[in-house]
Amino acid sequence: MTTQLLLVQTLNGLQFGVLLFLVAAGLTLVFGVMDFINLAHGVQYMLGAYLGATLAAATGSFWAGLALALPAALGCGLLLEWLVFRHLYARDHLSQVLATFGVILFLNEAVRVLWGSAPLQTPTPEALAGGITLMPGLQYPVYRLAILGAGLGTAALLWLLVERTRAGALVRAGASNAPMVAALGVDIHRLFMLVFGFGAMLAGFAGVMAAPILSVEPGMGDTVLILAFVVIVIGGIGSVRGAFLAALLVGVIETLGRSLLPDLLRLVLAPSPARQAGAALGSMLVYMAMALILAVRPRGLFPARAG
Amino acid sequence: MERLRAAALPLLILGLLAAAPFIGFGAGHELTLLARAMILGMAALGLWLLVGGAGLVSLGHAALLGVGAYAVVVMDAAGITEAAIVAPSAIGAAALFALLTGAVAIRTTGVHFIMITLAFGQMGFFTAASLAVYGGDDGYTLYGRTTLGGARWLEDRLAFHYLCLGLLAATLLACRALLASRFGRVLRATRENPLRAAAVGFNPYPYRLVAYTIAGGIAGLAGALLANATEFVAPSFLAWQRSGDLLFMVILGGLGSPQGALLGALAMVLVEEWLSHLTEHWRLVFGPLLILAVLFLRGGLEGLPAQLRRRRDG
Repeated sequence: MTTQLLLVQTLNGLQFGVLLFLVAAGLTLVFGVMDFINLAHGVQYMLGAYLGATLAAATGSFWAGLALALPAALGCGLLLEWLVFRHLYARDHLSQVLATFGVILFLNEAVRVLWGSAPLQTPTPEALAGGITLMPGLQYPVYRLAILGAGLGTAALLWLLVERTRAGALVRAGASNAPMVAALGVDIHRLFMLVFGFGAMLAGFAGVMAAPILSVEPGMGDTVLILAFVVIVIGGIGSVRGAFLAALLVGVIETLGRSLLPDLLRLVLAPSPARQAGAALGSMLVYMAMALILAVRPRGLFPARAG
Repeated sequence: MERLRAAALPLLILGLLAAAPFIGFGAGHELTLLARAMILGMAALGLWLLVGGAGLVSLGHAALLGVGAYAVVVMDAAGITEAAIVAPSAIGAAALFALLTGAVAIRTTGVHFIMITLAFGQMGFFTAASLAVYGGDDGYTLYGRTTLGGARWLEDRLAFHYLCLGLLAATLLACRALLASRFGRVLRATRENPLRAAAVGFNPYPYRLVAYTIAGGIAGLAGALLANATEFVAPSFLAWQRSGDLLFMVILGGLGSPQGALLGALAMVLVEEWLSHLTEHWRLVFGPLLILAVLFLRGGLEGLPAQLRRRRDG
């Protein structure tokens, strides 16, 4: 029983981890390459979920919704970059934080106006409905496994793109020393736009995939945003590999902590205090891990920037 | 001239706040709003000491405020409501929290400092949410406001208004004095050029830690006042969005001097209130306003006159 619970929760954690990675990947690249703190990255995820849910409902097919939502999310990202963000690259971090917070306020409210405050429900695509028997007596939803697979697949593609292509080499070079790349004749602004739009699309993709299993509501991006920041700080700013490992770590710690700690504490405490302390400790676990990692390695696990 | 100008703005703000009850802002809800603005202004002053004074951008300041508020709750539940005990406990608890978390956080700088203070703030948030004795997620309603010498005169709105105003003015003066002192000079030197400050023989760590602890104490006092103003305390007091709000007040006002924080807090609370009367979806307006403020108000609200002068003089 307990091994089954542990297995299910570990899978849930990994699946949450890959969703976090899709959000964090864009964030860490934008941060690493452009030195730009984009708090509004979480709302890209929310927009993806809303666009996916609405377009799926309009076309009657999850897949058509997904196919249409991705370019729409890309368009939203590029539009935001053009309207607001490109005016902030040369400014200090504080200005960037303040302005992108304004974007969050606006978009959260705009979503509330357009779609209402009530959570949206998206049905799971039929091809991926139902469960699969992993072990005798252990059913796991196919859709969640599909998310895990899609996330890992995207991570692999991203790795190929960043490590094995010319554009990827430029991105890595930009993360390590952007002025030098610009001095070598690369149009750094086009590179910025490319990275930005791509990051927005990845976050949107995570939102579309999360729509059937999470409630789609205004403000859903905020929690993910904070965890994504934790991920990129643990992983080392600008490092996609670090973000991947840190995202899986954070996903598993968060999920296992919340589900298992109350039960574990019951071994040493009375049921009621164990439940309370367990819930608090479980939610805190990720932040404790971050404080610990930063205390030992102040620049994260895999810092991209040299020196 | 410069000195006069520097003193004029805070005097004007404090004077307007003092006169507010007599120039048509004496109704209950208006005084509640002003009290909220002044209390958040006090917390923003503490945060300004960190951001503007020491160059430490903290995204966990609401947790310090929350510790002060929860100190009032704990005392209230134990039947203690005397201000002479409650206020020092709130200040002490928040300062202690700041000292302990700051001792770890100040070892990092820049973005990592932002994230580690956020982490401690979230720990505080989840701890508060798990305190079932004090209402957990639902929060805790106080039996009554804190008493002073056994008398319940904080229940009087006008008295509370002037108490907040007095403490706000005292905090502002204290911040200015602190900044002008030797301590403040070292703090600013370590912000502007840590390497040079170190070369002259100043280790920034103890100075920053003391500043962090002082900011914690101020936030604790503000938290105790906030608990009294709303007569209700909930974990949402410690939410990271609240920390963000405080940070934005400081930045919006301008980092140049402490009155910027005061101006930012008042502007933010009042504009929020004004817009929320105009439309239910006031954030649709407030968000773009923030963006425009960042893009065009380089020195914050406080730097606006200078910016206009520069434009006029070409």
